[in-house]
Amino acid sequence: MLPTLQIGPLVIQTPGLLLLLGLWLGLSLAEKHVNKHAIAANHIYSFTFLALLTAVVAGRLLHVIRNWGVFSDSPASILSLNPGMLEPFGAILGFTIMLIVFTKRYRYDPWTLLDALAPILAVLMIAVSLANLASGKGYGYPTDLPWAVPLFGEARHPTQIYEMLAAGIVLVVLWPGRRWVKSRPAGVYALSLIAATASNRLIFEAFRADSALTNDGIRSSQVVAWLVLAVALWLSLKIARKDGQDIHR
Amino acid sequence: MKPFTDILSRYQSWLIALLLSLGLIWIFANRVAEAGNQLAAVSQPYEGFTAPDFDFTDSSGNIVKLSDLRGQPVILNFWASWCPPCRAEMPAIQSVHQVNQAQGLVILGVNATDQDSIEQVQEFSKDLQLTFPILYDSSGVIQSLYNVTALPSTFFIDRSGIIQEVIIGGPIAEALLEINAKQILEEKP
Repeated sequence: MLPTLQIGPLVIQTPGLLLLLGLWLGLSLAEKHVNKHAIAANHIYSFTFLALLTAVVAGRLLHVIRNWGVFSDSPASILSLNPGMLEPFGAILGFTIMLIVFTKRYRYDPWTLLDALAPILAVLMIAVSLANLASGKGYGYPTDLPWAVPLFGEARHPTQIYEMLAAGIVLVVLWPGRRWVKSRPAGVYALSLIAATASNRLIFEAFRADSALTNDGIRSSQVVAWLVLAVALWLSLKIARKDGQDIHR
Repeated sequence: MKPFTDILSRYQSWLIALLLSLGLIWIFANRVAEAGNQLAAVSQPYEGFTAPDFDFTDSSGNIVKLSDLRGQPVILNFWASWCPPCRAEMPAIQSVHQVNQAQGLVILGVNATDQDSIEQVQEFSKDLQLTFPILYDSSGVIQSLYNVTALPSTFFIDRSGIIQEVIIGGPIAEALLEINAKQILEEKP
């Protein structure tokens, strides 16, 4: 675990640094393979920047609305740089709004743009596991298995390593340079990556000891991952069937 | 014989239904019987674990243990007077203390006295009119117990003595402090 790097008076949050590194590597990979999709390389960068900005603003806005009682007493906090004050649903909404606006402005097919951006997600998932390893979050249940790691006074499942390896396998299997990426209908590549990532979460969340639970003891992240998996598979099937009908015609 | 991919595409819907059913079985098979109890039994300075115990002297000169405060939510803020983000967030901490003190919230400012001077700490506390207890960690024992690697570091501990949130670095916005304070105040023991 290495949650912070202290260089003189400067404290750097290691997880944040790893996520930034993941984003940069993901963007480089997406740019390298952008010629497979009808998207301009510079639009990968401009969309990512704008989508991140909109996601952060929308995430913060929803957080402020939900906690208006607190923020009305301290309005300066609305502009605070604390990353903890974001609502994930607001961030997803912000991303979706920017996707619609951007694809309308440049006349892109949203699925084609998502396919071009998909490598960023694949690399980011590896970075997220490494960030969890650095911060100590997402630790596993105690176990007697020979590959258990000593953590918090007990031998535990190395869950962050499991997740990193699984994300690495997804990246290798769904490498953006593969020939089939270009031959599949637009959207299938991005949806395959989303489905594979959701499957990883569904499987490996079971080994984590810090899961948020419902009253019945069910892990909330697994339920969300299952829903994401179901939607991604359903949309893939729909796109594939539509494409099959178009070819038949 | 048809290629494997043809068979796969022919039975796509059934395969998806099978996969999702297996997913549901996996979710139910991995339900947690007793939420959080396993972690709470262990004392570690991380979210979900029992906060490590230590002694301190209160304003009346009595020696008090952190565990004596069970039943009251506690915010532990590690700071130093030379640290700019620590200084910047102090007015917000004082404000949260004033607002929530009556509801039973305890704020303990643990000064990293092994890398600070008591005179400067007292002067700073006087200037900002801090009214919550300041603990002098002269030997660094409390920082070591909480694995404090950066200042400020803030731990939000609920009424049962379980760490609910850890924020490393700062300054923490007043709203974030207030939201986290409300969460540990609402948590039932």
